[in-house]
Amino acid sequence: MADRTFSGLMLACAASIFAIVVLIATELIMQSQLSWHKFGLPFFYKFNVDPDTHLPLFWDPVNGTFYALPFLYGTLISSLLALLIAVPLAIGVAVFLTEMCPGFLRGPLSFLTELLAAIPSVVYGLWAMFVLVPLLREQVNPIFIGIFSAPWMVRLFGWTGLVGDDGLFGGVNLGLGLLAAGVILAIMILPIIASLTREVMSSVPHSQREAVLALGATRWEMIRVGVLRNARIGIVGSIILGLGRALGETMAVAMVIGNSAEIHKSLLSTGHSMASVIANEFSEATSDMHRSALIEIGLALFLVTILVNGLARLLVWAVTRGTPVRAN
Amino acid sequence: MAEGKMIAGQSRQSMMRSAMRTATDHVATGLAILATVLVVTPLVAIFGYLIYKGASSVNLAFFTEIPKPEGEVGGGMANAIVGSGVLLGIASLLGVPIGIGGGIYLAEFGRGTRMANAIRFTADVLNGVPSIVMGIAIYSLIVFQQKHFSAFSGGVALGIMMVPTVARTTEEMLLMVPNSIREAALGLGVPNWRSVLSITLKTASPGVITGCMLAFARVAGETAPLLFTALGNQFWSVDVNRPIAALPLQIYIYAISPYDDQHRLAWAGALVLIALIVLAVSLVRYVASRGILKGAS
Repeated sequence: MADRTFSGLMLACAASIFAIVVLIATELIMQSQLSWHKFGLPFFYKFNVDPDTHLPLFWDPVNGTFYALPFLYGTLISSLLALLIAVPLAIGVAVFLTEMCPGFLRGPLSFLTELLAAIPSVVYGLWAMFVLVPLLREQVNPIFIGIFSAPWMVRLFGWTGLVGDDGLFGGVNLGLGLLAAGVILAIMILPIIASLTREVMSSVPHSQREAVLALGATRWEMIRVGVLRNARIGIVGSIILGLGRALGETMAVAMVIGNSAEIHKSLLSTGHSMASVIANEFSEATSDMHRSALIEIGLALFLVTILVNGLARLLVWAVTRGTPVRAN
Repeated sequence: MAEGKMIAGQSRQSMMRSAMRTATDHVATGLAILATVLVVTPLVAIFGYLIYKGASSVNLAFFTEIPKPEGEVGGGMANAIVGSGVLLGIASLLGVPIGIGGGIYLAEFGRGTRMANAIRFTADVLNGVPSIVMGIAIYSLIVFQQKHFSAFSGGVALGIMMVPTVARTTEEMLLMVPNSIREAALGLGVPNWRSVLSITLKTASPGVITGCMLAFARVAGETAPLLFTALGNQFWSVDVNRPIAALPLQIYIYAISPYDDQHRLAWAGALVLIALIVLAVSLVRYVASRGILKGAS
């Protein structure tokens, strides 16, 4: 009897994990009804045009215009930038730690990367505001601006629309903006990708490595053919997991992305992400519609991250089956 | 055989190829080392800068005084430290028992069942849901209904975030307990629930505590869900029904403020927060490296 009660209680605890997901979903759906009924699906892709200036008008709480396109754009661009920077580095670190690293360095280095994962988002944001942003503004961005608006670049690639004064590195160099958000996101998701990649790489059986080495391969060929090729599904999974983190990362992004609900081609321009707009505007929402629109953005973020994380977990599981994936 | 030595029958072409392969190997090794350096650099930079900026402001006033009005010099974050304690207390009361219970189900009762697999998967996915989404969900659920921000709602938001992490680490730790221990307990006629609680769970307890501390350290730094639940407070408050200050929240508010003295306090707050988290992580690693279940096997 007591046994039945106990196991029932434990089941209830476990089932509460389902309940949490259902609860979040229903709350978000119910509270976003207002904007869903007013704007429908076009909420995510349409916009108004300002009759005076003929510029697109996305988000204007004062006049009740709520279209979420700039936030989707900001989230997507900053996350992709983050992946672009983080993935090669993370794989490099994982390769170094599993295959090349002398034993005495392995412990401290993996401890350091774990610490990187434990630093709170707001501290990254603080550091980014006072160190990274000035660094980008004064040292890094001028180099890119110089390259991207050089006459020969414009002559060669002008047709792409990505170079010159209205290209990827055009406009005002504030330091704040999509690029800064991408860089800080990259630093934040690196440890997640690196540690999961390391895990999948070390789950590749040793006989694979030995077989390739026995054929006379160099160490790099052994890693490429024997390890990376076998672990690729799991590596893709860990990259997608990193993407999931980047999509929802809030505080650090809100502190450096510049917070403007506009869409510009330039990576130096300010923007907003889905998470950062909620963080910035939610507690000061001017109307019920404003709050409802923000919750709808939150709902979209919830659904996207659930899909992305689910997919990533399945991929990582496919490789490390048998050894449970670490909970972090 | 030494490389580069001409061997009878080996063509010039294959020697070239071999040299290329060696070169590629060296380049790849170099790139991997470069990547590691590039990853370690920002960490060292962040820590170094944090200590450089924060250490000079961590003084007695920081731990004993509440914030001064904007623009005034001095003050501390005592209320935020206490507030974080209150929030984390509520979060732990909620998150730890439910999480451990869930972990016990996954490892002891549901092992291998479809139900357990589904719950495990959901827990892993829930772990990746952005904290700000938790924040607005709890806002709609509690703050919106009660019409006021409160420490309670902030604690609930953090507690919910602890559940999946605690459950998954508890499960993993329980799975490491050898079956012979369970069998021995049952063989002595101990009822199953007692065997699970006072034999299996107790054997795994260092690991389980480790998991709880990791979850604790993670939510201790969370800011986003507190923005619209606990809200923050410039004054003393330990009332769970009123807005309350929290360390990460205060760091955020000070970081975006225009006053240099508040920036100074933000750095000090960040240093204190990081010190607490590093302490927790190091402790966890120390326990883990000692062999969690040494006594058991």
